[in-house]
Amino acid sequence: MATFLLRRLGLMVLTLFILSLIVFLAGQVLPGDPGRAILGNLASQSAVKSLDHQLGVDRPLITQYLGWVGGVLHGNLGKSYTYQAAVEPFVRAALINSVKLAVLAFVVVVPLGILGGVVAALNQGHWVDRFISVTGLSLATVPEFVSGIVLIVVFGVELKVLPVTASAGAGASPGSQFRHLILPAIPLVFVLFGYIARMARAGTIESLNSDYTRTAVLKGLPRATVIRRHVLRNSLLPTITVIATQTGYLIGGLVVVETLFNYQGIGNLIFKAAQAKDFPMLEAGILVIGVVYVLATLAADLLLIALNPRLRVGGDSD
Amino acid sequence: MTDLTADPTDPTGTTLGPTSAVAVAVAARATPAQWRLLVRKATFLAGAAIIVFWIVCAIFGHQIAPYNPLAQQLLLTNTAPSGAHWFGTDPLGRDVLSRVIVGARSILIIAPLATILGTILGTALGLAMGYFGGTFDLISSRFVEAVLALPSFIIAFLFLVAVGPSTTNLIIVVGFVFTPLIARTVRAAVLAERNLDYLSAARLLGENPARVMFSEILPNVLPAILVEFTVRLGYAVFTVATLSFLGFGVQPPTPDWGADIAASYGNLVSGYWWQVLFPALAIASLVIAVILITDSIEQVLTS
Repeated sequence: MATFLLRRLGLMVLTLFILSLIVFLAGQVLPGDPGRAILGNLASQSAVKSLDHQLGVDRPLITQYLGWVGGVLHGNLGKSYTYQAAVEPFVRAALINSVKLAVLAFVVVVPLGILGGVVAALNQGHWVDRFISVTGLSLATVPEFVSGIVLIVVFGVELKVLPVTASAGAGASPGSQFRHLILPAIPLVFVLFGYIARMARAGTIESLNSDYTRTAVLKGLPRATVIRRHVLRNSLLPTITVIATQTGYLIGGLVVVETLFNYQGIGNLIFKAAQAKDFPMLEAGILVIGVVYVLATLAADLLLIALNPRLRVGGDSD
Repeated sequence: MTDLTADPTDPTGTTLGPTSAVAVAVAARATPAQWRLLVRKATFLAGAAIIVFWIVCAIFGHQIAPYNPLAQQLLLTNTAPSGAHWFGTDPLGRDVLSRVIVGARSILIIAPLATILGTILGTALGLAMGYFGGTFDLISSRFVEAVLALPSFIIAFLFLVAVGPSTTNLIIVVGFVFTPLIARTVRAAVLAERNLDYLSAARLLGENPARVMFSEILPNVLPAILVEFTVRLGYAVFTVATLSFLGFGVQPPTPDWGADIAASYGNLVSGYWWQVLFPALAIASLVIAVILITDSIEQVLTS
């Protein structure tokens, strides 16, 4: 148990280290230098050089990397080239906005996906199963901006029942904010539904075919009790892991949805930073996404241990 | 192994992702009769028909299209669908139907090439990881996990910002991003083969590792790779369309579904829905066609 946790934490640190390397190196191979990008083509070479020096991008890579990581570890994510100000307030505000959208999507999709998967599994081979599986898979592979556009056309432009932008404006009431987030949340729900339902279906079928389920049926328990007490408890474990891994994916989907619906979240932040070649902002945004994802995965593993006694006791053996 | 996320025998597929786990488990047992059964499935035929339709559009688009997709008619901008322009016209008066037909080309070139690149690299890496095992496998597995710890889309995004938008860059970046995913699947398939007699025999005969990997193991894990390829193709269409929408793919004025949507979605509030809805439906039809084919393959293999 303790060994498992230590291993898990060690892996997490390693993952974050490699992540920071990838993010940093990708930021460094960006073509063109930041000073030139900021000052434009007409600026003199010496002005560009002095700005590069001021920004610190003319130092050796290793020095820059260590300086950057050191700053990050102290909570200093750098200074935005575009805004000439610390990036943290921007990243924090964007993260809060994204969390609102993501939480709304999760609150809808998790029960819906589990329900869909369990219903499909209980009707295995039946048309209900095929319908849920194929629909789920199709929804999962239609890009968010495609379903988002169909939703905007139908509900925003033709029926005019929901706002087509996600931002309710400053000082809007929670109710109004919620209304503005409905349309952007639906494409995210679509994409996640397929994965969660598929996982819940696989888990449920597996435990339906297990010995303990056969024993429960043979000892005469009612079908509903067998499903509730024996099947679902076991089938939902792998689903938890999938939900956690989808967190990172969800944040990726946010780039598109937030761009389409003009919402000031973390996805929109990295998109705008990429367009402006604002490396510190881009690196900070992507690092934050990575950290959120790693923490979500860790939380899922801990939850899995808490829910599954087999992992608590014998988790260290093969 | 205590690592929850690295158990190749995990029957619930946590390791491989929902689809690939099934694929690996069943593809190894596929028979020619099952493959023949495939071509009689309605879902497979429907998916194949849609893909063939778009391939025809991609190849002969300029001949089929009623108008030149680049021809601007500045007196006919933003006109609604009509007998003359079935899908209406865009802000520059270009025929949307013609742009949708010709626009099939870019995505049908980029997505498959990216998937092929990812599959080749991923197969080579996965074979080596599964075959050599030990320290090499341990280190590369950790690296693969670390790469997969970022959503692939965000990595592709980051690297495309780094190298700049172009068709070639899009293919290379998406291919590289898929590599660890495919490597993981192939590794799991190789581990299942690893202790079988034919491999021990090959090793005892003293055959060199490259020969064992490519002419002994590869043919046996090929069905799994094929299924993985079709699954990844669906995601490639998804990823490429999305990245084109964000401006990292084909550049205007070349017709492209994602890029055309990006150019016109601001006009939705003016009610010009046809400029974005038709390319959007084209993307949806293509991904659903790939899914229908992938699902049919799995159905046949698991039946």
